[in-house]
Amino acid sequence: MPLSSTLAANASAPRRVRPLARRLQRGDQIAHLITLIFAATIFIITAFLSYELYTGALLTRQKFGWSFLSGTTWDPVALEFGALPFIYGTLVTSALALIIGVPLGVGAAIFLAELAPLGVSDGLAFIIELLAAVPSVIYGLLAIFTLVPFLRDYVAPLLQSTLGFLPLFQGQSYGVSLLAGGSILAIMVLPFIISISREVLLAVPREQREASLALGATQWETTWNVVVPYAKAGIIGSIFLALARALGETMAVTMVIGNDPRINLSVFAPGYSIAAAIANEFSEATGDMHISALIELGFVLFCITIAVNAVARLLILTTTRKSGAT
Amino acid sequence: MKTLVAVAVLAFFCVSCADSERTQAEAPPADQVLINGAGATFPYPIYSKWFNEYHRKFPQIQINYQSIGSGGGIRQVIEGPVDFGATDGPMTDEQLKQAKTKILHFPTVLGAVVPAYNVPGVTHEIDFTPEALAGIFLGKITKWNDPELKNANAEVNLPDKNIVVIHRSDGSGTTYVWVDYLSKVSPEWKSKVGVNTSVNWPVGLGGKGNEGVAGLIKQTPNSIGYVELIYAIQNKMPYGKVRNSAGTPVKADLASVTAAAAGAVETMPSDFRVSITNAAGKDAYPVSSFTWLLIPSKIQDQAKKKVLKEFLQWMLTDGQNMVEALSYARLPKEVVAMEQKAIPEIE
Repeated sequence: MPLSSTLAANASAPRRVRPLARRLQRGDQIAHLITLIFAATIFIITAFLSYELYTGALLTRQKFGWSFLSGTTWDPVALEFGALPFIYGTLVTSALALIIGVPLGVGAAIFLAELAPLGVSDGLAFIIELLAAVPSVIYGLLAIFTLVPFLRDYVAPLLQSTLGFLPLFQGQSYGVSLLAGGSILAIMVLPFIISISREVLLAVPREQREASLALGATQWETTWNVVVPYAKAGIIGSIFLALARALGETMAVTMVIGNDPRINLSVFAPGYSIAAAIANEFSEATGDMHISALIELGFVLFCITIAVNAVARLLILTTTRKSGAT
Repeated sequence: MKTLVAVAVLAFFCVSCADSERTQAEAPPADQVLINGAGATFPYPIYSKWFNEYHRKFPQIQINYQSIGSGGGIRQVIEGPVDFGATDGPMTDEQLKQAKTKILHFPTVLGAVVPAYNVPGVTHEIDFTPEALAGIFLGKITKWNDPELKNANAEVNLPDKNIVVIHRSDGSGTTYVWVDYLSKVSPEWKSKVGVNTSVNWPVGLGGKGNEGVAGLIKQTPNSIGYVELIYAIQNKMPYGKVRNSAGTPVKADLASVTAAAAGAVETMPSDFRVSITNAAGKDAYPVSSFTWLLIPSKIQDQAKKKVLKEFLQWMLTDGQNMVEALSYARLPKEVVAMEQKAIPEIE
């Protein structure tokens, strides 16, 4: 956003041409130039990154072409590489993270912004922001020693006895699984959803609430029908930020996902994510083909992240336009 | 007066400058030598001890080592940003061809990989035949009370439970040694899976690093995985015996690992690129391996060359006395003698 606005401002600049010396005398112009450079750096880094990933993956792109995306074998010995199990694992764990994390996160944000006393709300918000700063390896360790046995011994038997007829919940449960990956991601993205959604909800103008209450709505009706819809764009934004974090999370996921590149419908089965595969194999990859395949995986993840962000932008755009029209 | 002082100061400065230049020029070539290396993580504890001790002995020599993994070590020594590399698996012929100068392998210490398990109710050590290990890791033996396991372990009360296989998910020299052993004892493994630092596992869950595998084994009942011997000893993990090529069940320890190296001495090639898994010898532990330093045979910098040669000599003599304190197995005498003969190949 700052990039596009600076670029736009820059495009309109030549219209008011002034001698260079006079322009430089004005602090505005210098600040303009410096901030433009800063903004452009971000653009250049992104462009350079995608270029490097694209060219680094040359070998596997030539050998496999599009079948890299649909292949299901990952064999560094026979040099056969297909990314589908990793893409699947990445998308499934991120989806699970959102399924678990969004209701919890948005619910908590509503409570903190609308219902809790201010002291409690601020105190909890501070703790939640601390959670966001915990290194992911700590989450991963916690998950191995608490979440994984808990899922294996309690959650899996419960789900299997109630919803076991669904293929989603069949098969043996080892603990480390897509579900464990999704759960730890849900915990990790919660702080993002809660703290941003809370800020957005708090920013809803007081008049909106007062008007609704004056019309005879209860407090919950006001919250649910007036405040939350008003803050919808911001809440969706927080969810997509959480999704972006979930897609790229490496360390905690690789510790609990089972690291098995196979596609399994069951969430109790082990899986593998793109980021985990790169982190696991890159340091010991010796063959050029293997390295190229890992770089191409990185490129695929990059594209997925861009696509997710684009969808987020679109969604926010359409929801704000709709709410603006009503 | 002021100018006089200035001139005096300047003159003094010049003299001292010239003086320091002269001392630098006259200093022996070994003065202030900085050597950089990178590679395998498995021998990192002993390497860092060696380089520290060596620095303490010769304060002007500083050897830096980054444990970035064997793959990285091989890559960097081929491309040349480091003075030496280190690896847990020998370089392939193809990799050797990529390097501009010939790369020499120098075995430094020995390590072993052990089958660690978590089977509730089993207190006795499990004895694994090669067929049992290959079967388990191929996914063909799925129960702990499979006849293959039961026949070798008459006195162990093996449960009727599914085996959960756990392997390394990160590329690793440990994996290389383990699958190298499996492919030697099982033709099916060799053709189906093969040998590499990471492979396409037929079954199992992946854990990151020795600690990841160990964590999964501890957390998962009825599981089996493989970890480095040192890691199993330090963390007091139960691990089984493996039957060697002579058919003797051997528990991995420093002596049985050194015995494996001694068993390989007769067939040792002159470039030391040898796999000693499934080695001959009654006492040899079959899943053992050397770890190597990779040193270019032509070193331009005379000072670095001298230091590296002297260090190798020291590592093979005094250095070997330090390895057992860190649970590494020392090189057999015969291998030390062979390496000492190979040191002059560095030119």
